[in-house]
Amino acid sequence: MKNNEILMPALSPTMEEGTLAKWLVKVGDKISSGDLIAEIETDKATMEIEAIEEGFISKLIVEEGTQGIKINTPIAEFSDNEKLSEINDDESNKNVINISNKEVIEEVKSSVIKTSDKDLTSSNNDAAKKITVREALRDAILEEMEADNDVFIMGEEVAEYEGAYKVTQGLLEKFGDKRVIDTPITEHGFTGIGVGAAFGNLKPIVEFMTFNFSMQAIDQIINSAAKTLYMSGGQMGCPIVFRGPNGAASRVAAQHSQCFASWYSHVPGLKVVSPWSSEDAKGLLKSAIRDPNPIVFLENEVMYGQSFECPTSDEFTLPIGKAKVEKNGSDITIVAFSIMVGKALEASNELEKNGINAEVINLRTLRPLDLETIINSVKKTNRLITCEEGFGYSGIGAEISSLIQENAFDWLDAPVLRVHGKDVPMPYAENLEKLALPQTSDIINKAKQIFS
Amino acid sequence: MNEKQSDKLVSKKKSNYDLDLLLKLNEQMLLIRRFEEKAGQLYGMGKIGGFCHLYIGQEAVVVGINSALEDNDTMVTSYRDHGHMLVCGMDPKGVMAELTGRITGYSKGKGGSMHMFSREKGFFGGHGIVGAQVPIGAGLAFSHKYKNEKSICVTFFGDGAANQGQVYETFNIAALWSLPVLFVIENNLYGMGTSVERSSSTDNFAIRGEAFGVENKTVNGMDVLDVREAALEAVNYCRSNQKPFILEVKTYRFRGHSMSDPGKYRTRDEVAEMRKNGPLKALQKLILASGFNESDLKEIDNKIKLKVNEAADFAIESELPDETELLKDIIIE
Repeated sequence: MKNNEILMPALSPTMEEGTLAKWLVKVGDKISSGDLIAEIETDKATMEIEAIEEGFISKLIVEEGTQGIKINTPIAEFSDNEKLSEINDDESNKNVINISNKEVIEEVKSSVIKTSDKDLTSSNNDAAKKITVREALRDAILEEMEADNDVFIMGEEVAEYEGAYKVTQGLLEKFGDKRVIDTPITEHGFTGIGVGAAFGNLKPIVEFMTFNFSMQAIDQIINSAAKTLYMSGGQMGCPIVFRGPNGAASRVAAQHSQCFASWYSHVPGLKVVSPWSSEDAKGLLKSAIRDPNPIVFLENEVMYGQSFECPTSDEFTLPIGKAKVEKNGSDITIVAFSIMVGKALEASNELEKNGINAEVINLRTLRPLDLETIINSVKKTNRLITCEEGFGYSGIGAEISSLIQENAFDWLDAPVLRVHGKDVPMPYAENLEKLALPQTSDIINKAKQIFS
Repeated sequence: MNEKQSDKLVSKKKSNYDLDLLLKLNEQMLLIRRFEEKAGQLYGMGKIGGFCHLYIGQEAVVVGINSALEDNDTMVTSYRDHGHMLVCGMDPKGVMAELTGRITGYSKGKGGSMHMFSREKGFFGGHGIVGAQVPIGAGLAFSHKYKNEKSICVTFFGDGAANQGQVYETFNIAALWSLPVLFVIENNLYGMGTSVERSSSTDNFAIRGEAFGVENKTVNGMDVLDVREAALEAVNYCRSNQKPFILEVKTYRFRGHSMSDPGKYRTRDEVAEMRKNGPLKALQKLILASGFNESDLKEIDNKIKLKVNEAADFAIESELPDETELLKDIIIE
């Protein structure tokens, strides 16, 4: 005689908590392996979960509609004895629920999609609203597709599946399959087709499920999209956006965890943008879609579910090539982009407690780099730390460090220090992955090193 | 083609084609021939640098295909592109000036032989990476379809490119999405110095789209009228069905892969034999058989030579790009 617990399952590599949207069983119900027992809503989708053992539901611990349930929290109990199913008993054996499909990349078997409660067509010039980065990206695409019939989006799972990471949620229904186009899993081919369509005066948005897969297509991005304007003496513009999650997600190891900021920033003819917040995501993506040049738009999967205040106006855009001072400070400048901006802000809060007043710059665009904003900050603080998730060698930090010593050497009171990922392929093990990725504490330590 | 065969050709086709068409095809092929000979000469004089891939021997392919196209159709090819540009109606002066790297060239001297474009004439390059133009051509066809233009994009590539992976990715998508793209495989038997039999497991390139459901045909590329016939059918198929089609054209380049090709991979006899049955000779034989006289043909040739010489003079006399050009056209501001 024993009771077993059913735990809140992790349904994606980046999921930390979820909502119990609906119970599909009640106390006393008989369950067997494969029976659907509940609907769990993650930040990406609502998914049905299955029981993996036989028994009778004895208790529903968590009520329907409860939000923010951490993974591995017990949500129900079951017993192998029908009578006991009505008795509470603490004796438990942990029972982890299987999801229907275990593919690494967001295989959602049955996904009931909840669109945000935001009215997609509303527009208010002054208003701002807290939305996720994912919603901000979707809104940007949606608004630009509404404004310009030549804009279309193509990529793996962007249409019927509504995006592997749900960024393109609702777009197929709104715009139809002429403009929201699923591709085969053939990056080289469909990227080249996107480039050709851009040469043909359309404005494609090419989604890479992750930027790791853009390596299959990198010849078309660099040799065809980036260089043809120059090689044609200015005739052959290529108005295209290559976008998708970049960098490490969580526990997906070396082939799926890499930052391409340095790779693409190396190439004249490309603009490289990397948003952090919802405001960045929406304002910069809208500008990118309107831009007549090829743009590499590096998002971050971990950021997709995070919420920030974001202007709701469909006229809202942010200029490409301009950084944002996220926090004013006087003692040291910390420059960062994408997910590292959040870590830099965390670090600056900690440093504040140590009497160090840090200025935090969100780069937003990596090419063309807003060097002026960085220099102006360094003139004030005389110290600089660069942060990036990617490898340090030949990285963005190396470039900024070099540019600052060339352009603002006399303003520096200390060497420029870099915070970056370790020089190793991304390991899978949780502890090793954490060691490989730059953490808030690394930024704090570098700053303290400068002042020591 | 031996003497007897070509006589048969004359008798078969004499009645089907009017002289004006034959003369027009002759003029286009001859322009390419004389242009390329001149380019070869300028290369030898050091006036043209880098890579320079001549089209001599293959003229019937692009001229025959082009004769089946409509004004708004587009074209994209590899780096062996001079012939394609001339037949699209691009100015020989601008093309030659680009070969010599002058500001008056189609790319202001910044693209060179392999990278030239004219949106106005529907020519989308001129691409230097083997096979890269294939998805680009399908993308242009996508844009035609998206905008309901009823135009098609002709995408040329060689037997060498036909083994690239992205070609098959493109065949699949072109068939899947029903794109109006005509893939023309210019099979000149050699990918640089490697013969088809040493590079390809099978030598029938036309059927390589069959697994994707792409219709195909193979045609003799040394006869411009055969190419034209096949092209008319293929172009009509792409346009009216909004579907891809593969046309393999068997051809031969008389010169090396590029100017620096020692040509050790094939015998002089082989080249000489192919030259004897060149596409220009076959066509001119037909023209003469139509009652046109040899001296008039010679006069056409002289006019074309004059035009090509003017292009060469223009190219040599034009200015190099101003140094300020170095940093222009990288990004649209």
